[in-house]
Amino acid sequence: MLDLDLWKEILSALRQNRLRSFMTAFGVFWGIFMLIIMSGAGRALENGVMEGVKAFATNSAFFWTERTSVPYEGFQRGRRWIYNNQDIEYIRQNVSEIEYLSPRLFGWQQNGDNTVRGERTGAFNIFGDYPDYFKIDGWTPVKGRLMNEIDVRQKRKVCVIGERVEEVMFDKEEDPIGQYLKISGVYFQVVGVIHPETRINIGGGKKEETIIIPFSTMQTAYNYGDEIHFFSVTANRGTSVSALEEKLKRILKERHKIAPDDMQAIGSFNIEAEFKKFSMLFFGIQALTWIVGIGTLMAGVIGVSNIMLVIIKERTQEIGIQRAIGATPAKIMLHIIAESVFLTVMAGYVGLSLGVGLLEVLNQILLAAGDEVFFRNPEVNLSMALSALAVLVFAGAFAGFIPARRAIRIKPIDALRDEG
Amino acid sequence: MITLNNIHKSYVMGSSKLHVLKGIDLDIEQGEFVSIMGSSGSGKSTLLNILGMLDNYDEGTYHLDNKLIANMSEKKSAQLRNEMVGFVFQSFNLISFKNAMENVALPLYYKGVNRKKRNAIAMEYLDKLGLAPWAEHMPNEMSGGQKQRVAIARALISHPKIILADEPTGALDTSTSYEVMEILKEINNEGITVIIVTHEHDIAAMTQKVVRLKDGRIDEIIRNGDLRAFRHTYNKELETA
Ligand SMILES: Nc1ncnc2c1ncn2[C@@H]1O[C@H](COP(=O)(O)OP(=O)(O)OP(=O)(O)O)[C@@H](O)[C@H]1O
Ligand SMILES: [Mg+2]
Repeated sequence: MLDLDLWKEILSALRQNRLRSFMTAFGVFWGIFMLIIMSGAGRALENGVMEGVKAFATNSAFFWTERTSVPYEGFQRGRRWIYNNQDIEYIRQNVSEIEYLSPRLFGWQQNGDNTVRGERTGAFNIFGDYPDYFKIDGWTPVKGRLMNEIDVRQKRKVCVIGERVEEVMFDKEEDPIGQYLKISGVYFQVVGVIHPETRINIGGGKKEETIIIPFSTMQTAYNYGDEIHFFSVTANRGTSVSALEEKLKRILKERHKIAPDDMQAIGSFNIEAEFKKFSMLFFGIQALTWIVGIGTLMAGVIGVSNIMLVIIKERTQEIGIQRAIGATPAKIMLHIIAESVFLTVMAGYVGLSLGVGLLEVLNQILLAAGDEVFFRNPEVNLSMALSALAVLVFAGAFAGFIPARRAIRIKPIDALRDEG
Repeated sequence: MITLNNIHKSYVMGSSKLHVLKGIDLDIEQGEFVSIMGSSGSGKSTLLNILGMLDNYDEGTYHLDNKLIANMSEKKSAQLRNEMVGFVFQSFNLISFKNAMENVALPLYYKGVNRKKRNAIAMEYLDKLGLAPWAEHMPNEMSGGQKQRVAIARALISHPKIILADEPTGALDTSTSYEVMEILKEINNEGITVIIVTHEHDIAAMTQKVVRLKDGRIDEIIRNGDLRAFRHTYNKELETA
């Protein structure tokens, strides 16, 4: 049925009306092209952002302290307070929903150059951490190793440093591993250079300018007593981190005599909620893309349908002749629909190819730009391309159907008599 | 071959109704060469279209090859047209973007004959009509006589039993008209029934039977033997005109 003859017929009919065929096809082309580009761009944004957070535990929450805002049990409002080792101990003992718990101390960078090595000095972010921290916010060692349990238990004076720290404090050819840095007056041996896996930044400053030392070492070496500035937790699988966050706040308020209705005293932040916002956003972007894309495509298809109607009108007499010499209505319908599908699919295919091609070029440019961009892999997956093509075939058939029906509803004799 | 019995046909336009054919009884045998004459608007084309199954009738019966032609699906009538009838039109009705050979081959396309074969057959017919050198030409590159010969070739290619021609010489000059009539005569000699509509008496005089329509009825039928009488009338008409 769909033989070579049919294609020759269709091609010659379209060639007859080059400009019009082109204009019509352009509508469909543009619809698909926009759909692909927008969807790819949306996907790239999503990939870029998700790439930046994928090594970050999505079930994590973070706690710090603020001044109280409600007077309670004899305390004035505006009281300063801080977490301590007993809080952590208590939570470890009593809250079973926790997977990882990692307290932290901040050594503030604002104090000026806090790190010295011979002639070199630098101002870096110093953190006292537990190894569990690396399970919440991923880092990989580029040289040496990460900090471990033994470092913490033995209060070793070791540190792992960000890549920028290495750059500032060491020569290019130098191996920093085993070397010493004097950090706020205390010597620490470098055991690793670490690279951040995520772009989520807890505690401010550039991640590459981080120095991490064992929490226990920091607490004793700098006389923090049993103070803790900050801690991170992750929830067990199957537990909502939001619920865990609330539970921990309740416990901490009770332990530190903070009014249960004090909304300010405990600073906290929960990644799960942020992730949800992100997913909603990306879902929204994709949905919008499809709505706009399908809309544009629809306009293109309606254009095709319209043009087919005009073509049918112009060819009424020709169709009359064909019917007089034996063309059945089915044959004529098949012709018109095939012509419409052909036009739509060709235009759509070109749009698809150009769209995908452009995204590929964009991707290459982005790859060359390195990983500093929040825009990554603007790809279109095969299933989307295929479904778009299926939509096109369907749309083309639909666009052809109405004119085709109109064409065969005219009696052959009236078609022949048409003076159009 | 063709038996018409009390055929009526009206055109409805809005509220008014135009009664065009008011009871046509007509028999045409296989192999006859018939012309239909009559004043403009007398229903000649209407009758021919009914014969060619391009239009339907309101009342009466039409038997073609002993088959009753009524209430057929469009598919069935398209197939019957393709098998039984070849059309030749006053305005040629060639398809403008196909060359002569493709135009001639078209009915075979609808029969499902493959391209190579049907183009070869089309060439035979074009050759028969002296048009072989024009096979690759588009309709707008040909004269009226050539176009009409292409149209005749197209009408013949599916081996019809009947050729229906509505004013086939209407758009041609006299000498070309005679050439076309010669061709139609040859076709008729091969046993194909030929029915033409014409206004021209000299053209009608070349057929074996003249059917004259008047006010939707058959006014008179002049047979082969009476053509002398017909010429006589024709001369008289010329005088009065
Ligand atoms: N589709 C139609 N709708 C309405 N009226 C029609 C239609 N076709 C033909 N008529 C009318 O029917 C009458 C007969 O028309 P027909 O075409 O059969 O005449 P004709 O004898 O072929 O005339 P001519 O010699 O001018 O070709 C005319 O009055 C015409 O106006
Ligand atoms: Mg007429």
